[in-house]
Amino acid sequence: MMSDDKKEFWRWKEYNWRDENKDWKGAELISAGVDVGSVSSQAVILVDGELYAYSNMRTGSDSPNSARNAMNWALEDTGMTYDDLHYVVGTGYGRVNVPFANRAITEIACHARGGNLMYGPTVRTILDMGGQDCKAIRCDERGKVQNFLMNDKCAAGTGRGMEVFADLLSIPIEEVGDLSLEVDEEPPPVSSTCVVFAKSEASSLLREGWSKKRVLAAYCSAMAHRVVSLLERVGVEKDFAITGGIAKNSGVITRLTKELNLEALKSKYDTQIAGALGAALFAKTLMEKQRKSA
Amino acid sequence: MITAGIDMGAKYIKVVILKDDKIIGKSNVPTGFDQTESAGKALEAAAKEAGIEISSIKHIAATGAGRKIAPLANSTITEVSVAAKGATYFYPSVRTVIEVGAEEGRVVKCNERGKVEDFAINEKCAAGAGSFTEAMARALELKLEEFGEISLKSDKSIPMNAQCAVFAESEVVSLVHAKTPKPDIAKAVHDAIASRIVSMVRRVGINEDVALVGGVSYNPGFVDSLKRGLETTVVIPDQAEYIGALGAALAAGERGE
Repeated sequence: MMSDDKKEFWRWKEYNWRDENKDWKGAELISAGVDVGSVSSQAVILVDGELYAYSNMRTGSDSPNSARNAMNWALEDTGMTYDDLHYVVGTGYGRVNVPFANRAITEIACHARGGNLMYGPTVRTILDMGGQDCKAIRCDERGKVQNFLMNDKCAAGTGRGMEVFADLLSIPIEEVGDLSLEVDEEPPPVSSTCVVFAKSEASSLLREGWSKKRVLAAYCSAMAHRVVSLLERVGVEKDFAITGGIAKNSGVITRLTKELNLEALKSKYDTQIAGALGAALFAKTLMEKQRKSA
Repeated sequence: MITAGIDMGAKYIKVVILKDDKIIGKSNVPTGFDQTESAGKALEAAAKEAGIEISSIKHIAATGAGRKIAPLANSTITEVSVAAKGATYFYPSVRTVIEVGAEEGRVVKCNERGKVEDFAINEKCAAGAGSFTEAMARALELKLEEFGEISLKSDKSIPMNAQCAVFAESEVVSLVHAKTPKPDIAKAVHDAIASRIVSMVRRVGINEDVALVGGVSYNPGFVDSLKRGLETTVVIPDQAEYIGALGAALAAGERGE
Protein backbone atom coordinates (compact mmCIF):
# COMPACT_ATOMS: atom_id res chain seq x y z
CA MET A 1 0.00 0.00 0.00
CA MET A 2 1.01 3.55 -0.57
CA SER A 3 2.65 5.13 2.46
CA ASP A 4 1.63 8.66 3.38
CA ASP A 5 4.96 10.30 2.64
CA LYS A 6 5.25 8.75 -0.81
CA LYS A 7 4.20 10.99 -3.65
CA GLU A 8 1.65 9.41 -5.92
CA PHE A 9 3.05 10.13 -9.35
CA TRP A 10 0.32 8.18 -11.10
CA ARG A 11 -2.38 10.43 -9.62
CA TRP A 12 -3.69 12.64 -12.43
CA LYS A 13 -5.60 15.81 -11.71
CA GLU A 14 -9.37 15.63 -11.42
CA TYR A 15 -11.37 18.54 -12.82
CA ASN A 16 -14.73 19.94 -13.83
CA TRP A 17 -15.81 22.48 -16.41
CA ARG A 18 -18.92 24.44 -17.32
CA ASP A 19 -19.92 26.94 -19.98
CA GLU A 20 -20.51 30.07 -17.94
CA ASN A 21 -22.10 31.93 -20.83
CA LYS A 22 -24.89 29.46 -21.25
CA ASP A 23 -28.22 29.87 -19.51
CA TRP A 24 -29.92 26.53 -19.07
CA LYS A 25 -33.09 27.81 -17.39
CA GLY A 26 -35.10 28.16 -20.57
CA ALA A 27 -33.80 24.92 -22.06
CA GLU A 28 -36.22 22.42 -23.58
CA LEU A 29 -34.13 19.33 -23.03
CA ILE A 30 -31.37 18.69 -20.52
CA SER A 31 -29.69 15.30 -21.01
CA ALA A 32 -26.77 13.75 -19.20
CA GLY A 33 -24.37 10.85 -19.51
CA VAL A 34 -22.24 9.18 -16.86
CA ASP A 35 -19.32 6.96 -17.81
CA VAL A 36 -18.21 4.88 -14.84
CA GLY A 37 -14.93 3.41 -16.02
CA SER A 38 -12.66 1.09 -14.14
CA VAL A 39 -10.15 3.84 -13.45
CA SER A 40 -11.93 7.16 -14.13
CA SER A 41 -15.54 8.38 -14.18
CA GLN A 42 -16.98 11.26 -16.17
CA ALA A 43 -20.33 13.04 -16.15
CA VAL A 44 -21.47 15.19 -19.09
CA ILE A 45 -24.49 17.52 -19.17
CA LEU A 46 -25.94 18.71 -22.48
CA VAL A 47 -28.35 21.63 -22.76
CA ASP A 48 -30.46 21.25 -25.90
CA GLY A 49 -27.77 19.02 -27.35
CA GLU A 50 -24.89 21.37 -26.62
CA LEU A 51 -22.10 20.73 -24.13
CA TYR A 52 -22.81 22.61 -20.93
CA ALA A 53 -20.80 21.00 -18.12
CA TYR A 54 -18.64 17.98 -17.34
CA SER A 55 -16.40 16.42 -14.75
CA ASN A 56 -13.60 13.85 -14.72
CA MET A 57 -12.73 12.00 -11.53
CA ARG A 58 -11.06 8.87 -10.30
CA THR A 59 -13.44 5.91 -9.85
CA GLY A 60 -13.72 4.79 -6.24
CA SER A 61 -14.26 1.29 -4.96
CA ASP A 62 -18.02 1.62 -5.28
CA SER A 63 -19.72 2.30 -8.63
CA PRO A 64 -22.93 4.05 -7.42
CA ASN A 65 -20.91 6.49 -5.33
CA SER A 66 -18.44 7.13 -8.14
CA ALA A 67 -21.34 7.91 -10.49
CA ARG A 68 -22.92 10.24 -7.93
CA ASN A 69 -19.63 12.01 -7.17
CA ALA A 70 -18.94 12.63 -10.85
CA MET A 71 -22.46 13.99 -11.44
CA ASN A 72 -22.38 16.13 -8.30
CA TRP A 73 -19.17 17.71 -9.46
CA ALA A 74 -20.47 18.37 -12.97
CA LEU A 75 -23.55 20.00 -11.41
CA GLU A 76 -21.46 22.12 -9.05
CA ASP A 77 -22.15 25.90 -9.29
CA THR A 78 -24.62 25.37 -12.14
CA GLY A 79 -27.69 25.79 -9.96
CA MET A 80 -28.97 22.64 -11.60
CA THR A 81 -30.15 19.63 -9.57
CA TYR A 82 -30.81 15.99 -10.43
CA ASP A 83 -34.50 16.91 -10.93
CA ASP A 84 -33.57 19.21 -13.80
CA LEU A 85 -31.99 16.33 -15.76
CA HIS A 86 -34.66 15.03 -18.12
CA TYR A 87 -32.89 11.86 -19.09
CA VAL A 88 -29.65 10.21 -17.92
CA VAL A 89 -27.77 7.35 -19.60
CA GLY A 90 -25.12 5.36 -17.77
CA THR A 91 -22.22 3.73 -19.60
CA GLY A 92 -18.85 2.14 -18.93
CA TYR A 93 -17.82 -0.78 -16.82
CA GLY A 94 -20.08 0.29 -13.91
CA ARG A 95 -23.03 1.36 -16.10
CA VAL A 96 -25.59 -0.90 -14.43
CA ASN A 97 -24.72 0.69 -11.08
CA VAL A 98 -25.67 4.28 -11.88
CA PRO A 99 -28.61 4.76 -9.48
CA PHE A 100 -30.02 7.88 -11.16
CA ALA A 101 -29.77 6.67 -14.77
CA ASN A 102 -32.85 5.99 -16.88
CA ARG A 103 -30.94 3.54 -19.02
CA ALA A 104 -27.58 1.83 -19.51
CA ILE A 105 -25.84 1.64 -22.91
CA THR A 106 -22.50 -0.09 -23.68
CA GLU A 107 -19.38 2.05 -23.79
CA ILE A 108 -18.57 0.89 -27.31
CA ALA A 109 -21.80 2.42 -28.65
CA CYS A 110 -21.30 5.56 -26.55
CA HIS A 111 -17.71 6.08 -27.67
CA ALA A 112 -18.69 5.84 -31.31
CA ARG A 113 -21.56 8.29 -30.78
CA GLY A 114 -19.43 10.71 -28.73
CA GLY A 115 -16.53 10.43 -31.18
CA ASN A 116 -18.89 11.30 -34.02
CA LEU A 117 -19.67 14.65 -32.38
CA MET A 118 -16.13 15.32 -31.16
CA TYR A 119 -14.36 14.62 -34.44
CA GLY A 120 -17.15 15.10 -36.95
CA PRO A 121 -19.04 12.63 -39.15
CA THR A 122 -15.96 11.76 -41.26
CA VAL A 123 -14.41 9.73 -38.45
CA ARG A 124 -14.44 5.98 -39.26
CA THR A 125 -11.99 4.51 -36.78
CA ILE A 126 -11.91 5.45 -33.11
CA LEU A 127 -9.24 4.14 -30.82
CA ASP A 128 -10.24 4.46 -27.19
CA MET A 129 -7.32 4.06 -24.85
CA GLY A 130 -8.85 3.82 -21.42
CA GLY A 131 -7.72 3.00 -17.92
CA GLN A 132 -8.24 -0.75 -18.01
CA ASP A 133 -9.02 -1.49 -21.60
CA CYS A 134 -8.25 -0.52 -25.14
CA LYS A 135 -10.86 -0.56 -27.91
CA ALA A 136 -10.58 -0.16 -31.64
CA ILE A 137 -14.00 0.85 -32.99
CA ARG A 138 -15.11 1.15 -36.63
CA CYS A 139 -18.15 3.36 -37.13
CA ASP A 140 -20.26 4.95 -39.87
CA GLU A 141 -21.08 8.62 -40.58
CA ARG A 142 -23.88 8.62 -38.00
CA GLY A 143 -21.61 7.29 -35.25
CA LYS A 144 -23.07 3.79 -35.38
CA VAL A 145 -20.70 0.93 -34.53
CA GLN A 146 -19.78 -1.31 -37.49
CA ASN A 147 -17.19 -3.48 -35.80
CA PHE A 148 -14.86 -3.38 -32.82
CA LEU A 149 -12.07 -5.22 -31.04
CA MET A 150 -10.99 -4.77 -27.48
CA ASN A 151 -8.35 -5.83 -25.01
CA ASP A 152 -9.64 -5.82 -21.47
CA LYS A 153 -7.68 -8.80 -20.21
CA CYS A 154 -4.22 -7.38 -19.92
CA ALA A 155 -2.82 -4.10 -18.57
CA ALA A 156 -0.32 -3.76 -21.43
CA GLY A 157 -1.54 -0.91 -23.62
CA THR A 158 -3.80 0.67 -21.00
CA GLY A 159 -3.73 3.77 -18.83
CA ARG A 160 -3.29 1.66 -15.72
CA GLY A 161 -0.05 0.32 -17.16
CA MET A 162 1.13 3.87 -17.78
CA GLU A 163 0.29 4.83 -14.19
CA VAL A 164 2.43 1.96 -12.94
CA PHE A 165 5.34 3.29 -15.00
CA ALA A 166 4.87 6.89 -13.86
CA ASP A 167 5.07 5.66 -10.29
CA LEU A 168 8.08 3.44 -10.93
CA LEU A 169 10.04 6.31 -12.45
CA SER A 170 8.67 9.00 -10.12
CA ILE A 171 7.50 11.13 -13.06
CA PRO A 172 4.08 12.84 -12.81
CA ILE A 173 1.81 11.02 -15.25
CA GLU A 174 0.94 14.20 -17.19
CA GLU A 175 4.65 14.73 -18.01
CA VAL A 176 5.44 11.19 -19.16
CA GLY A 177 4.58 11.71 -22.85
CA ASP A 178 6.49 14.94 -23.47
CA LEU A 179 9.50 13.72 -21.53
CA SER A 180 9.65 10.51 -23.56
CA LEU A 181 9.93 12.59 -26.74
CA GLU A 182 13.05 14.39 -25.50
CA VAL A 183 15.36 11.48 -26.34
CA ASP A 184 18.01 12.08 -29.01
CA GLU A 185 17.59 8.66 -30.46
CA GLU A 186 14.65 6.29 -30.25
CA PRO A 187 15.56 3.28 -28.07
CA PRO A 188 14.32 -0.25 -28.85
CA PRO A 189 10.89 -0.83 -27.26
CA VAL A 190 10.56 -2.59 -23.90
CA SER A 191 10.38 -6.27 -24.85
CA SER A 192 8.11 -7.63 -22.07
CA THR A 193 4.41 -7.54 -22.80
CA CYS A 194 3.26 -7.94 -19.19
CA VAL A 195 3.37 -4.72 -17.17
CA VAL A 196 4.69 -6.60 -14.14
CA PHE A 197 7.61 -7.92 -16.17
CA ALA A 198 8.08 -4.63 -18.02
CA LYS A 199 8.64 -3.08 -14.59
CA SER A 200 11.49 -5.49 -13.84
CA GLU A 201 12.86 -4.86 -17.32
CA ALA A 202 12.73 -1.10 -16.77
CA SER A 203 14.51 -1.47 -13.44
CA SER A 204 17.36 -3.35 -15.06
CA LEU A 205 17.56 -0.79 -17.87
CA LEU A 206 17.91 1.96 -15.24
CA ARG A 207 20.63 -0.09 -13.55
CA GLU A 208 22.42 -0.33 -16.86
CA GLY A 209 22.51 3.46 -16.86
CA TRP A 210 19.55 4.33 -19.09
CA SER A 211 18.01 7.75 -18.37
CA LYS A 212 14.39 7.88 -17.20
CA LYS A 213 13.50 9.60 -20.50
CA ARG A 214 14.95 6.75 -22.48
CA VAL A 215 13.08 4.14 -20.42
CA LEU A 216 9.84 6.09 -20.91
CA ALA A 217 10.51 6.32 -24.64
CA ALA A 218 11.01 2.54 -24.74
CA TYR A 219 7.76 1.98 -22.85
CA CYS A 220 5.66 4.45 -24.88
CA SER A 221 6.95 2.87 -28.04
CA ALA A 222 6.10 -0.64 -26.80
CA MET A 223 2.60 0.52 -25.91
CA ALA A 224 2.14 2.20 -29.32
CA HIS A 225 3.28 -0.95 -31.09
CA ARG A 226 0.92 -3.15 -29.10
CA VAL A 227 -2.06 -0.93 -29.88
CA VAL A 228 -1.19 -0.77 -33.58
CA SER A 229 -1.50 -4.55 -33.80
CA LEU A 230 -4.97 -4.34 -32.24
CA LEU A 231 -5.94 -1.64 -34.76
CA GLU A 232 -4.61 -3.64 -37.68
CA ARG A 233 -6.80 -6.57 -36.77
CA VAL A 234 -9.96 -4.44 -36.95
CA GLY A 235 -8.61 -2.51 -39.97
CA VAL A 236 -7.98 1.21 -39.93
CA GLU A 237 -10.04 3.41 -42.22
CA LYS A 238 -9.65 7.20 -42.43
CA ASP A 239 -10.50 9.44 -40.64
CA PHE A 240 -8.84 8.24 -37.50
CA ALA A 241 -9.25 9.58 -33.95
CA ILE A 242 -8.03 8.67 -30.49
CA THR A 243 -10.03 9.11 -27.28
CA GLY A 244 -9.43 8.27 -23.61
CA GLY A 245 -6.75 9.27 -21.15
CA ILE A 246 -3.80 8.02 -23.19
CA ALA A 247 -4.89 10.32 -26.04
CA LYS A 248 -3.31 13.03 -23.87
CA ASN A 249 0.04 11.25 -23.82
CA SER A 250 2.06 12.74 -26.68
CA GLY A 251 4.73 10.05 -26.31
CA VAL A 252 2.35 7.23 -27.16
CA ILE A 253 0.30 9.16 -29.73
CA THR A 254 3.28 10.47 -31.70
CA ARG A 255 4.78 7.00 -31.97
CA LEU A 256 1.40 5.40 -32.70
CA THR A 257 0.48 7.73 -35.57
CA LYS A 258 3.99 7.41 -36.97
CA GLU A 259 3.80 3.62 -37.00
CA LEU A 260 0.32 3.74 -38.58
CA ASN A 261 1.48 6.45 -40.96
CA LEU A 262 -1.82 8.19 -40.32
CA GLU A 263 -2.66 11.48 -38.62
CA ALA A 264 -5.19 11.48 -35.80
CA LEU A 265 -7.94 14.10 -35.90
CA LYS A 266 -7.81 16.89 -33.32
CA SER A 267 -10.82 17.96 -31.29
CA LYS A 268 -11.74 20.93 -29.14
CA TYR A 269 -13.36 18.50 -26.69
CA ASP A 270 -11.63 16.72 -23.83
CA THR A 271 -10.66 13.23 -25.10
CA GLN A 272 -11.68 11.61 -21.81
CA ILE A 273 -15.36 12.58 -22.05
CA ALA A 274 -16.12 10.71 -25.31
CA GLY A 275 -18.06 7.92 -23.55
CA ALA A 276 -20.08 10.19 -21.25
CA LEU A 277 -20.74 12.60 -24.12
CA GLY A 278 -22.03 9.74 -26.27
CA ALA A 279 -24.23 8.62 -23.38
CA ALA A 280 -25.63 12.15 -23.03
CA LEU A 281 -26.36 12.24 -26.79
CA PHE A 282 -28.20 8.92 -26.53
CA ALA A 283 -30.10 10.36 -23.55
CA LYS A 284 -31.22 13.29 -25.69
CA THR A 285 -32.45 11.03 -28.50
CA LEU A 286 -34.25 8.72 -26.06
CA MET A 287 -35.99 11.65 -24.35
CA GLU A 288 -37.12 13.05 -27.70
CA LYS A 289 -38.54 9.66 -28.63
CA GLN A 290 -40.30 9.39 -25.30
CA ARG A 291 -41.86 12.82 -25.73
CA LYS A 292 -42.98 12.05 -29.25
CA SER A 293 -44.73 8.83 -28.23
CA ALA A 294 -46.35 10.45 -25.19
CA MET B 1 33.97 -36.10 -9.32
CA ILE B 2 32.85 -32.71 -8.06
CA THR B 3 30.43 -30.70 -10.20
CA ALA B 4 28.30 -27.59 -9.64
CA GLY B 5 25.11 -26.07 -10.96
CA ILE B 6 24.25 -22.37 -10.85
CA ASP B 7 20.63 -21.31 -11.25
CA MET B 8 20.59 -17.63 -12.25
CA GLY B 9 16.99 -16.80 -11.33
CA ALA B 10 15.17 -13.48 -11.65
CA LYS B 11 15.06 -13.02 -7.86
CA TYR B 12 17.58 -15.48 -6.38
CA ILE B 13 20.74 -17.21 -7.50
CA LYS B 14 21.04 -20.78 -6.28
CA VAL B 15 24.11 -23.02 -6.33
CA VAL B 16 24.36 -26.75 -5.69
CA ILE B 17 27.66 -28.65 -5.50
CA LEU B 18 27.66 -32.43 -6.03
CA LYS B 19 30.31 -35.00 -5.27
CA ASP B 20 29.63 -38.24 -7.13
CA ASP B 21 25.99 -37.14 -7.47
CA LYS B 22 25.59 -36.48 -3.71
CA ILE B 23 24.81 -32.95 -2.52
CA ILE B 24 27.73 -31.58 -0.48
CA GLY B 25 27.07 -27.84 -0.62
CA LYS B 26 24.42 -25.33 -1.60
CA SER B 27 23.68 -21.64 -1.32
CA ASN B 28 20.98 -19.11 -2.13
CA VAL B 29 21.64 -15.38 -2.53
CA PRO B 30 19.44 -12.54 -3.82
CA THR B 31 20.15 -11.73 -7.47
CA GLY B 32 20.47 -8.04 -6.61
CA PHE B 33 21.86 -5.40 -8.96
CA ASP B 34 24.95 -7.18 -10.19
CA GLN B 35 24.07 -10.72 -11.27
CA THR B 36 27.67 -11.73 -12.01
CA GLU B 37 28.90 -10.59 -8.62
CA SER B 38 26.01 -12.29 -6.80
CA ALA B 39 26.66 -15.52 -8.70
CA GLY B 40 30.32 -15.41 -7.62
CA LYS B 41 29.26 -14.96 -4.01
CA ALA B 42 26.78 -17.81 -4.22
CA LEU B 43 29.43 -20.13 -5.66
CA GLU B 44 31.89 -19.20 -2.89
CA ALA B 45 29.27 -19.76 -0.18
CA ALA B 46 28.36 -23.19 -1.53
CA ALA B 47 32.03 -24.18 -1.86
CA LYS B 48 32.63 -23.11 1.73
CA GLU B 49 29.70 -25.24 2.93
CA ALA B 50 31.05 -28.17 0.95
CA GLY B 51 34.54 -27.55 2.32
CA ILE B 52 36.15 -27.46 -1.12
CA GLU B 53 38.02 -25.00 -3.32
CA ILE B 54 36.18 -23.67 -6.38
CA SER B 55 39.16 -24.79 -8.47
CA SER B 56 38.45 -28.43 -7.58
CA ILE B 57 35.06 -28.31 -9.34
CA LYS B 58 35.42 -30.22 -12.59
CA HIS B 59 32.45 -28.82 -14.47
CA ILE B 60 30.04 -25.96 -13.72
CA ALA B 61 26.75 -25.75 -15.62
CA ALA B 62 24.56 -22.66 -15.48
CA THR B 63 20.80 -22.42 -15.93
CA GLY B 64 18.06 -19.84 -15.33
CA ALA B 65 17.19 -16.55 -16.99
CA GLY B 66 20.71 -15.13 -16.56
CA ARG B 67 22.58 -18.32 -17.42
CA LYS B 68 24.56 -16.79 -20.28
CA ILE B 69 26.41 -14.41 -17.97
CA ALA B 70 27.15 -16.84 -15.11
CA PRO B 71 30.82 -16.55 -14.08
CA LEU B 72 33.07 -19.61 -14.31
CA ALA B 73 30.40 -21.69 -16.02
CA ASN B 74 31.69 -24.30 -18.47
CA SER B 75 28.32 -24.78 -20.12
CA THR B 76 24.68 -23.75 -20.01
CA ILE B 77 21.51 -25.81 -19.88
CA THR B 78 17.84 -24.80 -20.20
CA GLU B 79 15.48 -24.45 -17.23
CA VAL B 80 13.22 -27.10 -18.73
CA SER B 81 15.95 -29.78 -18.78
CA VAL B 82 17.15 -29.06 -15.26
CA ALA B 83 13.61 -29.17 -13.84
CA ALA B 84 13.21 -32.72 -15.15
CA LYS B 85 16.65 -33.84 -14.01
CA GLY B 86 16.38 -32.24 -10.60
CA ALA B 87 12.90 -33.52 -9.76
CA THR B 88 13.56 -37.10 -10.85
CA TYR B 89 16.72 -37.12 -8.69
CA PHE B 90 14.47 -37.05 -5.62
CA TYR B 91 11.42 -38.81 -7.06
CA PRO B 92 12.26 -41.21 -9.90
CA SER B 93 8.54 -41.91 -10.41
CA VAL B 94 7.75 -38.30 -11.32
CA ARG B 95 6.51 -37.77 -14.87
CA THR B 96 5.17 -34.22 -14.65
CA VAL B 97 7.19 -31.42 -13.14
CA ILE B 98 5.46 -28.11 -12.47
CA GLU B 99 7.76 -25.24 -11.73
CA VAL B 100 6.45 -21.88 -10.61
CA GLY B 101 9.06 -19.20 -10.13
CA ALA B 102 8.87 -15.46 -9.64
CA GLU B 103 8.41 -14.58 -13.31
CA GLU B 104 7.80 -17.87 -15.06
CA GLY B 105 5.64 -20.94 -14.92
CA ARG B 106 6.73 -24.16 -16.56
CA VAL B 107 5.33 -27.65 -16.98
CA VAL B 108 7.67 -30.43 -18.06
CA LYS B 109 6.70 -33.95 -19.03
CA CYS B 110 9.60 -36.35 -18.58
CA ASN B 111 10.49 -40.05 -18.79
CA GLU B 112 11.97 -42.33 -16.13
CA ARG B 113 15.50 -41.17 -16.94
CA GLY B 114 14.62 -37.55 -16.36
CA LYS B 115 14.60 -36.72 -20.09
CA VAL B 116 12.22 -34.06 -21.34
CA GLU B 117 9.38 -35.34 -23.56
CA ASP B 118 7.21 -32.24 -23.77
CA PHE B 119 6.84 -28.90 -22.04
CA ALA B 120 4.88 -25.66 -21.84
CA ILE B 121 6.11 -22.30 -20.61
CA ASN B 122 4.49 -19.05 -19.61
CA GLU B 123 7.00 -16.26 -19.47
CA LYS B 124 4.84 -13.58 -21.05
CA CYS B 125 2.36 -12.85 -18.31
CA ALA B 126 2.67 -12.48 -14.54
CA ALA B 127 -0.82 -13.94 -13.98
CA GLY B 128 0.65 -17.45 -13.75
CA ALA B 129 3.79 -16.65 -11.78
CA GLY B 130 4.99 -15.92 -8.27
CA SER B 131 5.08 -12.15 -8.80
CA PHE B 132 1.29 -12.29 -8.92
CA THR B 133 0.99 -13.63 -5.35
CA GLU B 134 3.65 -11.19 -4.17
CA ALA B 135 1.75 -8.23 -5.59
CA MET B 136 -1.52 -9.44 -4.06
CA ALA B 137 0.06 -10.05 -0.63
CA ARG B 138 1.33 -6.46 -0.82
CA ALA B 139 -2.15 -5.18 -1.66
CA LEU B 140 -3.47 -6.98 1.43
CA GLU B 141 -0.57 -5.71 3.54
CA LEU B 142 0.43 -9.25 4.46
CA LYS B 143 3.78 -10.98 4.45
CA LEU B 144 4.00 -13.60 1.72
CA GLU B 145 4.20 -16.39 4.35
CA GLU B 146 1.07 -15.14 6.12
CA PHE B 147 -0.71 -14.75 2.81
CA GLY B 148 -0.21 -18.45 2.01
CA GLU B 149 -1.24 -19.58 5.48
CA ILE B 150 -4.46 -17.60 5.90
CA SER B 151 -5.71 -18.83 2.55
CA LEU B 152 -6.19 -22.27 4.13
CA LYS B 153 -8.66 -20.83 6.64
CA SER B 154 -11.20 -19.98 3.96
CA ASP B 155 -13.87 -22.30 2.67
CA LYS B 156 -15.39 -19.78 0.26
CA SER B 157 -14.87 -19.58 -3.48
CA ILE B 158 -14.85 -16.03 -4.76
CA PRO B 159 -14.09 -15.93 -8.48
CA MET B 160 -11.61 -13.27 -9.57
CA ASN B 161 -12.70 -11.41 -12.70
CA ALA B 162 -9.33 -9.99 -13.60
CA GLN B 163 -6.82 -12.17 -15.34
CA CYS B 164 -4.09 -9.54 -15.35
CA ALA B 165 -1.99 -9.13 -12.17
CA VAL B 166 -2.16 -5.34 -12.48
CA PHE B 167 -5.97 -5.35 -12.72
CA ALA B 168 -6.26 -8.04 -10.03
CA GLU B 169 -4.53 -5.69 -7.63
CA SER B 170 -7.34 -3.15 -8.10
CA GLU B 171 -9.86 -5.97 -7.70
CA VAL B 172 -8.25 -7.04 -4.43
CA VAL B 173 -8.40 -3.45 -3.21
CA SER B 174 -12.13 -3.36 -4.05
CA LEU B 175 -12.66 -6.62 -2.14
CA VAL B 176 -10.85 -5.11 0.85
CA HIS B 177 -13.11 -2.04 0.66
CA ALA B 178 -16.13 -4.34 0.49
CA LYS B 179 -14.95 -5.83 3.81
CA THR B 180 -14.31 -9.30 2.35
CA PRO B 181 -12.34 -11.30 4.93
CA LYS B 182 -8.64 -11.55 4.08
CA PRO B 183 -8.58 -15.40 4.08
CA ASP B 184 -11.30 -15.41 1.39
CA ILE B 185 -9.38 -12.91 -0.73
CA ALA B 186 -6.17 -14.90 -0.31
CA LYS B 187 -7.94 -18.07 -1.42
CA ALA B 188 -9.46 -16.29 -4.42
CA VAL B 189 -5.98 -15.16 -5.49
CA HIS B 190 -4.43 -18.61 -5.07
CA ASP B 191 -7.31 -20.25 -6.94
CA ALA B 192 -6.82 -17.76 -9.76
CA ILE B 193 -3.09 -18.34 -10.18
CA ALA B 194 -3.53 -22.12 -9.75
CA SER B 195 -6.17 -22.18 -12.50
CA ARG B 196 -3.68 -20.56 -14.92
CA ILE B 197 -1.13 -23.23 -14.05
CA VAL B 198 -3.69 -26.04 -14.30
CA SER B 199 -4.67 -25.02 -17.82
CA MET B 200 -1.00 -25.05 -18.77
CA VAL B 201 -0.57 -28.53 -17.22
CA ARG B 202 -3.56 -29.80 -19.20
CA ARG B 203 -1.90 -28.71 -22.44
CA VAL B 204 0.99 -31.05 -21.69
CA GLY B 205 -1.19 -33.69 -19.99
CA ILE B 206 -1.38 -34.74 -16.35
CA ASN B 207 0.85 -37.79 -15.88
CA GLU B 208 1.38 -39.00 -12.34
CA ASP B 209 3.39 -38.58 -10.27
CA VAL B 210 3.23 -34.82 -10.30
CA ALA B 211 5.96 -32.76 -8.62
CA LEU B 212 5.90 -29.07 -7.81
CA VAL B 213 9.15 -27.12 -7.61
CA GLY B 214 10.17 -23.47 -7.58
CA GLY B 215 9.76 -20.84 -4.88
CA VAL B 216 5.95 -20.81 -5.01
CA SER B 217 5.92 -24.42 -3.74
CA TYR B 218 6.56 -22.91 -0.29
CA ASN B 219 3.16 -21.25 -0.39
CA PRO B 220 0.68 -23.67 1.24
CA GLY B 221 -2.29 -21.67 -0.06
CA PHE B 222 -1.16 -22.07 -3.64
CA VAL B 223 -0.33 -25.76 -3.15
CA ASP B 224 -3.82 -26.40 -1.79
CA SER B 225 -5.45 -24.59 -4.72
CA LEU B 226 -3.26 -26.45 -7.21
CA LYS B 227 -4.12 -29.87 -5.75
CA ARG B 228 -7.81 -29.07 -5.93
CA GLY B 229 -7.43 -27.79 -9.49
CA LEU B 230 -5.45 -30.80 -10.72
CA GLU B 231 -7.55 -33.30 -8.74
CA THR B 232 -4.42 -35.23 -7.89
CA THR B 233 -1.74 -35.26 -5.21
CA VAL B 234 1.42 -33.30 -5.74
CA VAL B 235 4.83 -34.17 -4.31
CA ILE B 236 7.11 -31.34 -3.25
CA PRO B 237 10.80 -32.06 -2.80
CA ASP B 238 12.52 -30.60 0.26
CA GLN B 239 14.13 -27.29 -0.62
CA ALA B 240 12.34 -27.19 -3.92
CA GLU B 241 14.03 -23.92 -4.87
CA TYR B 242 17.32 -25.80 -5.41
CA ILE B 243 15.92 -28.19 -8.02
CA GLY B 244 17.15 -26.06 -10.95
CA ALA B 245 20.68 -25.77 -9.58
CA LEU B 246 20.66 -29.47 -8.72
CA GLY B 247 19.56 -30.41 -12.23
CA ALA B 248 22.34 -28.24 -13.65
CA ALA B 249 24.91 -29.88 -11.36
CA LEU B 250 23.69 -33.32 -12.51
CA ALA B 251 24.02 -32.23 -16.13
CA ALA B 252 27.51 -30.94 -15.31
CA GLY B 253 28.30 -34.48 -14.10
CA GLU B 254 27.29 -35.96 -17.47
CA ARG B 255 29.29 -33.32 -19.32
CA GLY B 256 32.40 -33.48 -17.13
CA GLU B 257 32.97 -37.16 -17.81
